[in-house]
Amino acid sequence: MSSTANSPLAPLLAGEPEVVTVGASVLDEALEGQAVRRKPVQWRPPMQGTESALAAVLADPRRGAANEVAVGRLLGAHPVLVDVRPAADLLPAGTFLHAGPPITWERASGPMRGALIGAVLFEGLADDPEGAERLLRSGGVTLDSCHHHGVVGPMAGVVSPSMWMFQVRDAEYGGTAYCSLNEGLGKVLRYGAYGPEVIERLRWMSAVLGPVLRDALGRHGPVDVRSIIAQALQMGDELHNRNRAATSLLARELGPSIAESPHGPEVLRFIGANDHFFLNIGMAAGKVSTDAARNVPGSTLVVAMSRNGTDFGIQVSGTGDRWFTGPAGVPDGLYLGAFGPDDANPDIGDSTITETAGLGGFAMGAAPAIVRFVGGEVSDALAATESMYEITLAEHPAYQIPILGFRGTPTGIDVTLVARTGLLPVVNTGIAGRLAGTGQVGAGLVTPPSEAFTEALRALAAHTL
Amino acid sequence: MNTVQLRRGAYHDSVTLMRISQGLTALPGVEVALVAMATELNLGLARDLGLDIPAQATPADLLVAVRALDADALAAAMAELDERLARTPAAADGPGMRTAPRTTRSALRSGEATMVLVSVPGSHAFAEAMDAIEAGRSVMIFSDNVPVEQEILLKDRAAERGVLVMGPDCGTALVGGVGFGFANVVRPGPVGLVAASGTGAQQLSCLLDLAGVGVSGIIGTGGRDTGDAVGGRSTLRALAMLDDDPATELIALVSKPPSPRVERALRAAGERLRTPVVHAICGRTDLTSAAAEILTALGRTVPVWPCWTAPQTPRAGTLHGLFAGGTLCEEARLIAQGCGLGDSVFVDFGDDALTRGRAHPMIDPGLRLERIAAAAADPACAVVLLDVVLGHAADPDPAAALVPVLRRATQPAVVSLIGTRGDPQNLEAQAAALHAAGAAVFTSNAEAARHAAGLILGDR
Repeated sequence: MSSTANSPLAPLLAGEPEVVTVGASVLDEALEGQAVRRKPVQWRPPMQGTESALAAVLADPRRGAANEVAVGRLLGAHPVLVDVRPAADLLPAGTFLHAGPPITWERASGPMRGALIGAVLFEGLADDPEGAERLLRSGGVTLDSCHHHGVVGPMAGVVSPSMWMFQVRDAEYGGTAYCSLNEGLGKVLRYGAYGPEVIERLRWMSAVLGPVLRDALGRHGPVDVRSIIAQALQMGDELHNRNRAATSLLARELGPSIAESPHGPEVLRFIGANDHFFLNIGMAAGKVSTDAARNVPGSTLVVAMSRNGTDFGIQVSGTGDRWFTGPAGVPDGLYLGAFGPDDANPDIGDSTITETAGLGGFAMGAAPAIVRFVGGEVSDALAATESMYEITLAEHPAYQIPILGFRGTPTGIDVTLVARTGLLPVVNTGIAGRLAGTGQVGAGLVTPPSEAFTEALRALAAHTL
Repeated sequence: MNTVQLRRGAYHDSVTLMRISQGLTALPGVEVALVAMATELNLGLARDLGLDIPAQATPADLLVAVRALDADALAAAMAELDERLARTPAAADGPGMRTAPRTTRSALRSGEATMVLVSVPGSHAFAEAMDAIEAGRSVMIFSDNVPVEQEILLKDRAAERGVLVMGPDCGTALVGGVGFGFANVVRPGPVGLVAASGTGAQQLSCLLDLAGVGVSGIIGTGGRDTGDAVGGRSTLRALAMLDDDPATELIALVSKPPSPRVERALRAAGERLRTPVVHAICGRTDLTSAAAEILTALGRTVPVWPCWTAPQTPRAGTLHGLFAGGTLCEEARLIAQGCGLGDSVFVDFGDDALTRGRAHPMIDPGLRLERIAAAAADPACAVVLLDVVLGHAADPDPAAALVPVLRRATQPAVVSLIGTRGDPQNLEAQAAALHAAGAAVFTSNAEAARHAAGLILGDR
């Protein structure tokens, strides 16, 4: 028995080869002329200026194992809804949280400013919007990124102490993440509206919705969020722009326990009237799953994508808490009523945590009902999901897409694959009005800025062994 | 009448684009068409044609520049261009199309592929080759201009994974009966080749085939493998691999002269093998002598190598050797030098420096044809010596482009024709066409070089 008989080299000389070809088509054709089975790669040059950083990162001996560990944790995380609590339990005194990478009042966009004004009014720290703005301008409130506190928030993502939050635990790795309660659509704080009806709703959510949900959850026990997401994907949700099935599944599960409260009917009516009620739970689940994959030295896995209405930022497992940012783009989509692209604010919100976790735009193929947001056909939704397999490290074992033969959703964005293919993550999103106080104006798709990924790649290259 | 366009993000490989450019230029009423990625080199070519190039061009853009006699010809050329571009696979990723794999990693995720063939530009080859190795597949890297430290890293990583890296700059391999890159149609047989030299392996395998002896495989290693830096990493593994191969009765190691340290290591490794090894090192021997040594070792007779000679008049002057194959070029140069023709001119058009930003001369003969025509017009040039390499991936009819140039030449032309009777181009037909154009044609490169030198020496 020869020494290489069982090595991968042995069949090379004897067996009939099957060949992946990448590059000049003349060489592929020469194989075709010999009736060899081939699989040609549709290769393109990588993003400009990334050659040397790519070579350095791809040569890092830690990369393969590090990515295996990181994406393994992302896939293995098991989010469970365990509690509903006031944000005051968590927030440092005098601090409000916001979506996206850190931002100052000066650089904040209209909807971010509107949401912060609304939160100041809601907390009773000012009597009117002008007073709230003065307080914020003078630095009377400390602003910090939600992500820095294990929190995510949709759109403006503003969290102030009196708001209540869902608490999701990772039953596998033990992490905890939080997300605010969803207000519904239209004129809402997260889209930058701060009129009296907005503040009034926030008060009711803190006084009634939060405590009723907490008590219902206490009676019912923890809710398996991973299981709801897996089921909802098979019922037409992609868990970012469509949460109708997940919201219904949650209502069915918690409904009886909610009904035991004297406020049960109004809480159930509120949940029933809001197709997106589940979104915030799904976001906390995304956050707790991606957090499990953080801080693996040498890993090129994206663990957060997030926007503050001005910047689009990402964080990568191998580079700790550092943000890599580029300008947030204006989404391309459908507008409500008379609103149009001129009314749109640049992309905003932490909800891209869903795409980071392999849902949202990455699971578009599961949600043909919402392809009109892309202005396209069902085949576009399938193509969007299929293209994301090119930039992700794995397929989710629990989150599956029926029409793709129950293939797992593309999960775990790899910075090197983004740079190599030039394919940017497909992100589904709501669109906020540009002016403070407007609210939602539409929904659609947005393209992240490529420089966030190329900057992250360069930082990874600087930290290679 | 000109048109110059930049098409953003429309990538096509250079060979495909070169074929399109040639096709458009051949249309009636079109003076010149350049369809190419907007690299510095291609922008320079367009400027040389007197075309105004938009300042914002980047290498990711497709440059389309056409000069035609009139608007109709221009419109026809543009229509032809769109039709030809639509035929290439890059157009297949429209809405709703199944996504073709965009990386080697993705292509290897499903399916039973046993090998990867990488021929992207050298600065991008590392990523694709690394994908192959990480997925446990052997890889042939046809690309040249790959940094040597990347080559070493890939070969070390491949050794850890138990797979083989052939290349970079590996032009020829024959694995599992399939020719990769430039390879000839040779019969299966007992000789296994380890080749740090692609055209060297082609010459040797063709001569063996002409003598009725086949090969079990050609394991290319890339020209730098036997240098000090790479230290024979792939050559040593290929020797062991062929030693274990039951079909291989004799191993031939084809290389330009290795570094002394590596040559000692290779000879020592060769002595430890159960299979006899013939060292065909350019400079120590010539490939024709090596073929004879192999045939003798196998107990076969050495034939008279086919050639098509004609009476050619000796004349004084310089020998111009214009080659597509590096080892063939070096072998001929050393033979000319050995004959006392130290003042000869030898150019290897397959050299890295001459292929940066363009395809290999065996695919794109343009640059070499220009230089052959220039040599023919040079009164100091006494004899033109050329190689013509047949086989897979090579020009489907190399004689067609050479014949008009050779017919115009006043000095004798000598052709080293590397091929077999099984090659798609048909050895006999190519030889006949070149011979009819006045060239003396040899299937042995060494004999071609000696004949060319003799024409000059005969006049001294």
